[in-house]
Amino acid sequence: MGKYLLRRLAINVILVAVAASLAYMLAASTMSPRAAYQGRQPPIPEATIDATLDMYNLNDKVPVLQRYATWATGVLQGDFGKTWNGGSVNDEMGRRIFVSLRLLLIGTLLGFAVGVGLGAISAVKQYKATDRLIGVSSFVVLAIPVFVLATLLAIATYNLNRGLGFTLIEYTGEYNPQLSGWDQFLNRLNHLILPTISLSLGSIAFYSRIQRNMMLDVLGQDFVRTARAKGLRRRTALTKHALRTALIPSATYFAFAFGTMFTGATFTEKIFAWHGMGAWLVDAINAQDVNSVAAVTFFTAICVLFAAFLSDLLVAALDPRVRVN
Amino acid sequence: MRSKVVLRRLIANRQARYGSIALLLLVLVAYIGPYFGAYAWTEKDFLAFLSPPDADHWWGTTSIGQDMYAITLRGMQKSIVIGLLVALISTGLAAIVGAFAGYFGGWADRVLMWGVDLLLVLPSFLIIAIISPRLKAGSSWLWFVVLLAAFSWMITSRVVRSMTISLREREYVLAAVYMGIPRWKIIFRHIVPNLSSLLIIDATLNVSAAIIGEAALSFFGFGIQPPDVSLGTLIAAGSGNATGYPWLFAFPAGALVLLVLSVNLIGDGLRDALDPGSNS
Repeated sequence: MGKYLLRRLAINVILVAVAASLAYMLAASTMSPRAAYQGRQPPIPEATIDATLDMYNLNDKVPVLQRYATWATGVLQGDFGKTWNGGSVNDEMGRRIFVSLRLLLIGTLLGFAVGVGLGAISAVKQYKATDRLIGVSSFVVLAIPVFVLATLLAIATYNLNRGLGFTLIEYTGEYNPQLSGWDQFLNRLNHLILPTISLSLGSIAFYSRIQRNMMLDVLGQDFVRTARAKGLRRRTALTKHALRTALIPSATYFAFAFGTMFTGATFTEKIFAWHGMGAWLVDAINAQDVNSVAAVTFFTAICVLFAAFLSDLLVAALDPRVRVN
Repeated sequence: MRSKVVLRRLIANRQARYGSIALLLLVLVAYIGPYFGAYAWTEKDFLAFLSPPDADHWWGTTSIGQDMYAITLRGMQKSIVIGLLVALISTGLAAIVGAFAGYFGGWADRVLMWGVDLLLVLPSFLIIAIISPRLKAGSSWLWFVVLLAAFSWMITSRVVRSMTISLREREYVLAAVYMGIPRWKIIFRHIVPNLSSLLIIDATLNVSAAIIGEAALSFFGFGIQPPDVSLGTLIAAGSGNATGYPWLFAFPAGALVLLVLSVNLIGDGLRDALDPGSNS
């Protein structure tokens, strides 16, 4: 087991290195941070621009490979370099990770829990009205892309607030900096409502469909019948025996969703104006910010591989057969 | 005949029937609708900026006087073509790579699967976002299709590979090997046809995934480039002013949702018809 894990770790480290290096090369060879300085009024002398860009390791007159070497040495020492205007990428990343975490933690967990619950109910009540309702609504929700859903929510809230004459639900930003203490906490929660709905609706629909299928497969099997036959109540047999087994595929998806959570909410972050990791990638591409782009990519690659690892752990925890092998 | 059985099941399937009818109607609207509109999608009506839907401009106009009806249909055409092409390319690629890796095993398998893993880890969003705005106008949307397809086949190819490994040992495949038929011919004649139900379902789901993917990238300006339009660029333009000028957002967003919904309905119906064992 230890040897297997070590080998996997080694492969993962290589994959992260390759992905981040390719991203850096691509970004460094196509983006020009210089443009942001050249367009200034009054014009900045070229020598000054060169000196500034050299300081940030962004000068396109330096060969790409040399810049890459400088960047890679920095990354190995835990320094992701400078943003296009000289800020520290590390600081920016540290701040944004927590913004994303605050935004997404509730939505991701809620989406999984409610989705699995609805899917299980849907399977137990197969072909009844409840099942049909859940099925049709999840189908419709899955056809609505998140940027349409988020915009619809924002429109609805805007009209609601206008109809009421005061702001009941906030629809942009993370919090109101003028408030403090308990008020600010409530204000933060208020700002979370819309992004959380827009994030979790899609995953609720997704998980409910997977969970329904798995649950139906499991419900017909012998061990559930045996559990009932030995005198367990229907409820216990369903939750302890059927649901646990049927959770395995959903748990795999959940592990991936949880791992990629930080960069997976680009649309929600952009539309509701939260400055998290997902929004950073889009902002960095638009700002031609090479080092930030490379840092986001590095972080995403690590998240994906961590998610794969997490899914193995979850499956092993839920499925005794995996542990025996 | 199997195909007859499948067809009968497909027609009997309510979801697939509604989905096909809806998709057919949408395609008709997208391609024949422009002939009924009073304006072409390239035209600008300088007498009507941001006018709400009326008898002259059925779906209203944009801030530069474009007719929403005409450009929404134009966007639908682009989205439909992109969806179909991406699905075709990515499913084809998945079938070929997966079948070759699974059938030959050994080094071929290892190299191909390593490539698959690498593509999965690569930041596809970043690569498309950097490359596509730099493509030359004109045929740029074809390159965009290639890019989108290049990053959407990997997971299916893994499924194809594992199914091929079990097919490889079947009697009819072994019989073909002993008859001296070349390996690549066996793959195309015996392996891939036996995976057809998986591939058809995958292709259908890829259509809707590609339509959403294109719209998502275009939403940030990383997809279809102006002056050309797609549903994604229209939604992006409309969502900023959606509260004041709802027609800018409602028509393209509605078209997108209907398109995806009908394709998904067909995919679900196909799954029931081709794979009766599954209860999805």
